[in-house]
Parts: sequence; C-alpha cells; structure tokens
Amino acid sequence: MMTHKLNLLLASLVLLLLTTTAASAQKVEVIKFADLKELRNQPHDTLYVVNFWATWCRPCIKELPYFEAANQKYKGQPVKVVLVSMDAVEDLDSRVKTFVQKRGLQSELLLLDEVDGNSWIDKLEPKWSGAIPATMVFNNKRGHYEFREAEMTEEELTTIIEKYK
Amino acid sequence: MKKMNLPYVYAACLVLVSLLLSAVPASEHGYKVGDTARDFRLKNVDGKMVSLADYKDAKGFIVTFTCNSCPYSVAYEDRLIELHNKFASKGYPLIAINPNDAQVSPRDSYDKMQVRAKEKNFPFPYLHDETQEITRAYGATRTPHLYIVQKQQDGSLKVAYIGTVDDNYKDASQAQKKYAEEALNELVAGKQISQPNTKAIGCTIKWKEA
Repeated sequence: MMTHKLNLLLASLVLLLLTTTAASAQKVEVIKFADLKELRNQPHDTLYVVNFWATWCRPCIKELPYFEAANQKYKGQPVKVVLVSMDAVEDLDSRVKTFVQKRGLQSELLLLDEVDGNSWIDKLEPKWSGAIPATMVFNNKRGHYEFREAEMTEEELTTIIEKYK
Repeated sequence: MKKMNLPYVYAACLVLVSLLLSAVPASEHGYKVGDTARDFRLKNVDGKMVSLADYKDAKGFIVTFTCNSCPYSVAYEDRLIELHNKFASKGYPLIAINPNDAQVSPRDSYDKMQVRAKEKNFPFPYLHDETQEITRAYGATRTPHLYIVQKQQDGSLKVAYIGTVDDNYKDASQAQKKYAEEALNELVAGKQISQPNTKAIGCTIKWKEA
C-alpha cells in the first residue's frame, strides 16, 4: 500500500518535472533558406537580432548568454532575438534540443537545414565569409541594418541594440 | 646637404604613405582571386620546415587552412586526402595549414596535430602557422578554407580559387557540386575557372588573444 502511494507520488513528480521543463524550453523550428530570407525581408517595425551559432562552435556558445540576456531585457519592446542554429538537422534531437534544454534558452530558435552554404550565404549577406558566430541586426521599416562576423562582447551587442531600438 | 629640398621630402612622404596604404588591404582583407600569394616557411608535423619553394616541379598548390578541432574540418579530412591524391600527380599538391592559436584552442596544439596527422595518415604536410602571419596574409577566416594557387612563368603564385571543397559538408557521397575539384580540373586543362569563389559555413579562426 505504502509503496503504491510512493510510486504514485514519484510518477506525478516525474510528470510535473517533465511538463515544466517542456514548457520552459523553447521549440526549435527547422527552416530552409527561403524561410530565413522571408524573415530577413519582413517589413515589420521590429529590431531583429539574428545570431548564427552551432552547438559545436565554442565562440558562439560563449556569446549566447548575451543574446539570451538581451531577449529578456527588451521583452515587451519591439526587439526580437532569433538564434539560428547551423547544426546538422540530424543532430536536432540528440544535440540541439538537449543543448537548448540544458541551457534553458528562451529566445526564438531556428535550425537552418541547408548543406550548401555557397548557394545562400551571398544572397543573405555578401560580406559574410561563412564563419560563425555571425550576427545580423535589422529593422526593415526604418532601414536599419548591421552585420558582424565575429564573437561579440555583451557591451558590443547592447550598443548595437540601443543604437537602433 | 645645405638645404632641405621640400618637394622631394613631400614626394618621399607620399610614396611612403601610399606604400603603407597599399600594404594595409592585403594584410587586412587577405587575397582575392587574381592576387599574388606569398610563400611561407612553416613547421610540419614531422618537425621539418616546409616552403612552397621546396616544390620545384609543382604547377600550383591547394593551400588549405584546416584544423583538428572544427567538426567541418574533420568532416572534410578524407576529401582533402582524396584531393591531394588526385591532383598532386597533376602538379597540384595539397598543403594543410592549421591557423589556430594553441592557447585559445588547445585541441589544435602542435602535439595534437601530430597525433591527428598520424591517425589519418595525411599524405600532405600539416603545418602550424604559429604566428598566424600567413593566415592573415591569405585572409583565411574559417576552417576549412581553400586557396588554390597557380605558379606563373616568373615563379610567382597567382590565386586562382578561394572557397570550399563541395556543396555537402555532411556527406561526400551526396555532394553534387565539387567546387574545388572542378576548379582544379579546369586549371589543369588550362581553362578559365568557372566558379573561382565559393562560400561555406565554417569554424572561426581562433586568433591569439592580445
């Protein structure tokens, strides 16, 4: 009798844990370049901060907390942080989702499923050599645009956002 | 000298300034297709120093910035070996250069390079650009990053191709466009390279911390 109750309690605890982590971890949407281009060309009056990263990229992981902090800081303002993973789509469950969950990432998460960088990098940003991390900041309605192919400090990121928001 | 000849001093200054200015873009932004690439002298995993000038019979080189720590570089290792095996006999050997600072990226240390070269039995030299001077001169920004250079009649090295290996980093057998191989085939055949610039996602160069 006691064990049964304990089991029930444990089961409900596990269930609670599972549902809360599922609720707090963001979904990762798999996109193609056409979707990314659409996001880049959206005519909204919002400052998009789009960061390209991967779970295998050390400098990317180092700067991720700054993007997460910006996502929190500008909540309720027309600033949108989007993290675009360059991981292989095959690694979505095993690596990306695990990473996202472990870090509790809250920004919008996309995974760009394209194997041939040469087919799209120049169409998005000719100045981009293909190295990550890279970050695009834009407000299309106001015609604001900035691109960085470098690991950023928190200060650098804040300066760019404050300049355009 | 009795009197300073001012116009000459100005002229000399102008020449000096323009020389300095012209030197900046090359080191800041690296080579573009058509530029003349410089030679180097870097330490190979076997302890010997390697220069492009050592290869008297080469018609050119596949100078490839690559490393141990980047998954994209690792994914392309077998394809680099294949490129070398296919084109060294045609006059274009591959020279691999690890551009990463070992302090910032410990997995790219000289010792670890030796281990990896042995594991993969690299048929080409694997050099460490310890000062990162060559990486800067070439303008490599990521790994892997290929520069195909062609020896000219005067012995200088003209950059013929800058870019990536092919269009599928995940699976060599699925690659539809073999950019580097096509460029080399065209070069060997004496044709114009149809796609001399290609891009790919790659790992950032791990620069020395100031």
